[in-house]
Amino acid sequence: MSGAQLPPTAPGRRQFAIGLIAVMLGALMSRAFYLHILDQDHLQAQGEKRHLRTQALPAARGIIYDRNGEPLAVSTRVETVNGEPEELVLQREQLPRLARLVGWDSAELTEELERRACRKEGSKHIFLKRNANPTLVRRVEALGIEGIFTEPGERRFYPAAEIPANIVGFTDLNGKGLEGVEYVYNQRLAGSAGSERVIRDNHKRTVERVEIVEEARNGEDLYLSIDRRLQYLAMRALEKSVRNNGARGGSVVVLDATTGELLALANQPTFNPNDNKDWIVDHYRNRAVTDTFEPGSTIKPFTIAAAIDSGRFTEQDLIDTTPGYMMLAGYRISDARNYGRIDMATIIQKSSNVGAAKVAMELKAEQLHHMLTQVGFGERTSSAAPGEEYPFPGEAKGHLKPYREWQRVEQATMSYGYGFSATALQLAKAYAVLADHGRMHPIRLLRLEPGSEVPTTQVITLETARIVQGMLESVVAAGGTGTGAQVPGYRIAGKTGTVRKAHDGGYEEERYRALFAGFAPASNPRIVVVVVLDEPSGHYYYGGEVAAPIFAEVTAGALRLLDIPPDRPLELLRMASAGGKS
Amino acid sequence: MLTDQSTRRDSGLWAMLHLDLPLLLGLLILALLGLGVLYSAGDASIAVLQKQMVRLTVAFGTLFVIAQIPPLTLLRWSPWLYGIGLAMLVAVLTLGVIGKGAQRWLDFGFMRFQPSELMKLAVPMMVAWYLAEKPLPPSPKRLLIALMIVLVPTLLIAKQPDLGTSLLIASSGIFVLLFSGISWKWVGGAILLAIPSAVVLWHYGMHAYQRQRVLTFLNPESDPLGSGYHIIQSKIAIGSGGLYGRGWLNGTQSQLDFLPERHTDFIFAVLSEEFGLFGALILLTLYLLILWRGLYIATQAQGSYSRLLSGSVIMTFLAFFFVNIGMVSGLLPVVGLPLPMISYGGSSMVTLMAGFGILMSVHTHRHLLRSS
Repeated sequence: MSGAQLPPTAPGRRQFAIGLIAVMLGALMSRAFYLHILDQDHLQAQGEKRHLRTQALPAARGIIYDRNGEPLAVSTRVETVNGEPEELVLQREQLPRLARLVGWDSAELTEELERRACRKEGSKHIFLKRNANPTLVRRVEALGIEGIFTEPGERRFYPAAEIPANIVGFTDLNGKGLEGVEYVYNQRLAGSAGSERVIRDNHKRTVERVEIVEEARNGEDLYLSIDRRLQYLAMRALEKSVRNNGARGGSVVVLDATTGELLALANQPTFNPNDNKDWIVDHYRNRAVTDTFEPGSTIKPFTIAAAIDSGRFTEQDLIDTTPGYMMLAGYRISDARNYGRIDMATIIQKSSNVGAAKVAMELKAEQLHHMLTQVGFGERTSSAAPGEEYPFPGEAKGHLKPYREWQRVEQATMSYGYGFSATALQLAKAYAVLADHGRMHPIRLLRLEPGSEVPTTQVITLETARIVQGMLESVVAAGGTGTGAQVPGYRIAGKTGTVRKAHDGGYEEERYRALFAGFAPASNPRIVVVVVLDEPSGHYYYGGEVAAPIFAEVTAGALRLLDIPPDRPLELLRMASAGGKS
Repeated sequence: MLTDQSTRRDSGLWAMLHLDLPLLLGLLILALLGLGVLYSAGDASIAVLQKQMVRLTVAFGTLFVIAQIPPLTLLRWSPWLYGIGLAMLVAVLTLGVIGKGAQRWLDFGFMRFQPSELMKLAVPMMVAWYLAEKPLPPSPKRLLIALMIVLVPTLLIAKQPDLGTSLLIASSGIFVLLFSGISWKWVGGAILLAIPSAVVLWHYGMHAYQRQRVLTFLNPESDPLGSGYHIIQSKIAIGSGGLYGRGWLNGTQSQLDFLPERHTDFIFAVLSEEFGLFGALILLTLYLLILWRGLYIATQAQGSYSRLLSGSVIMTFLAFFFVNIGMVSGLLPVVGLPLPMISYGGSSMVTLMAGFGILMSVHTHRHLLRSS
């Protein structure tokens, strides 16, 4: 066997082996040198791009309080559970437990994960559960599944639910305000997110926090002028009435007569901002500021105020309304019955269209128009500092034509509230002028700091305002159209309105809007309340029949809650003794 | 006394144990270095380390056992081992277990066995056995038969498909042929022939994923999220290491899970990121020392069989780590081979150590053989 001898080495084989070793090791070493030294900067930068991330430090959103510090919108810390489908599909046996925790159907989750894992383009990332509470997140983490990471966030909660929903509004899933105060003051509430540099691994889990680049600045807390107790009161009264009268909807506005602060604003229908499953877009809107209507007879006090302010009329002047109707340019203006020769107070008390129209025809169009614009019709109800938003998103200004374009008949119809449109809030603002001695103040949604100056404009003379106020008291007194608005122990001033709804350039026969606007206590008005009931479909539909009782209920409750002393205490005493006898 | 003579010539105890001290030391240091890198690559898992230590023990045990077998016995076993290995390769293709999209394993119920590992040694043994029968250099006819001995298992393994291992097996056989003293003219001719056959292989002999690997190797950035992902991430890891590395357990690519298969095939990138160019050169130096000793053993080997086999074994070791490091550093396409002695994994390490066992056997049985 040849193996026993030392065989000759084939020529050049040793050199070949050594050469091969030299070439191969040389190649590896120079490659290593190239990557480690020459290409180092580029490759290190590439590496940092992969693991160094700048991520947001969330700022806490401000709390929205009512004027007494009751919370209307608060934020709670939550976490969003995210998944990497490519890793999750490899842990199939864990998926049913995960699905149960995050509230998915097990088969559905598996299918969705597979679909995303196969995606060629775009993000495969999946939100397994948004805004999960920390307890749930800990339970998910306890499963020990790979490919799950969490992100901190906030969830907005509205303790008063649907009660102030149209005012407060709501945020989207990312915490950005979409409606109401949440929308208007989003910047102040949101604060500003900071940022930090972190090291993240390939599963997007934060492994280490390197540095804080910018601290987060938390959002500002807001105190609204709203009084949650009055808000509840208004909402409950409105809700009950809408139900009982089969109305399509309605609004109640309560203002502080001396500051213009909005104390309550209730709409029906509304929505619960905590439960986004049954949100109906149509219910989001704040009808009291977005929906306009012809204010009807509630305007008559301003016609009379314009008449007296103009000097053309005094409160004793008599107007002949016989025979209960009048013709003007082929247009018939009529009263409920023939009131004969009546004074200004009676025009208001009985709500005479003919009387109001005849007074208006004696005035210049400009004078009537001036009065209406001075008390705020055709304008925004609030002012805003430069760069600041108006407090009511989507607010309508209403429609009031320039007086130069008025037809003669329009001048007549304007006097009793047809031919222009307004919102419930505008109407309340206008009545606040009558309540606060002829002074106009912009509507406020944010609480006035105690002791701060309220800018006002005298738009009706003090004397005229006092006279019209007396007329409005007679509306609620025996013989008036608004007796339903009486509140025992208090002097109430107000005006009813029953408006046919406009439709396709004409008016509907059977569809009405019932109104009542007023204030109390008449001796020293503190609150203004406006009630709008849309299409009461029962037997009653007059403002005095359906709107005035809501006014009475809200006003009575509000006066008590605000601790405003009765200005007719004897009436209460009489009632008490009468009750004692029976 | 014959044994006294031999013990006098080689330092006593080690010759008696049939171990070669320099080679053994080199391998032990390499194994220790490997454990250190693996601890970092395996997320500092003690369990991973323990498993690897069990494998190392088995591997060194195998080395020791093989070293006791005289080359003559190995020579006699060669055709049998080759025959059994070939039969198992056929079996694996017909009833093998599928793992990671490839049929590589035979399941005997109590253990899984990878026949291609056996062939890593059986092929050079068989070729050496065949060529050593007649005087060298071999005649063209014998050369052709020897080529067939290499080609058949190579193709069977490539079909599994396991490109990396089939490449190693082909080169182990070819090294035997080269050392057998075949004319350089033949070598040149074969290279010329290889070019058109590579074209044929590209179009008909390769799986789509293998073609894709070659294409992404040529331009990894073309598919940064798919096949090129491995190469890009490992190049970044290596480059991030710089001269001295980021330090043990501190590699960002490695520790943050960006580097795929980092405790197996891509462990070189972990070493490079954490120990830098310095660490990479230490590893290459260790490999070089082992190569040097192995080559010395091959040149000192007695008999054509021993010499051809040991030469092939040590040069295949060179090919082994060259392909792995070349692939991880982006010099070569990704072919799925572990880094010898460092990567986590059992079977290929056992085979490798068995090869070193053959080297030690060849070296420590010289004098006995001559005296017999």
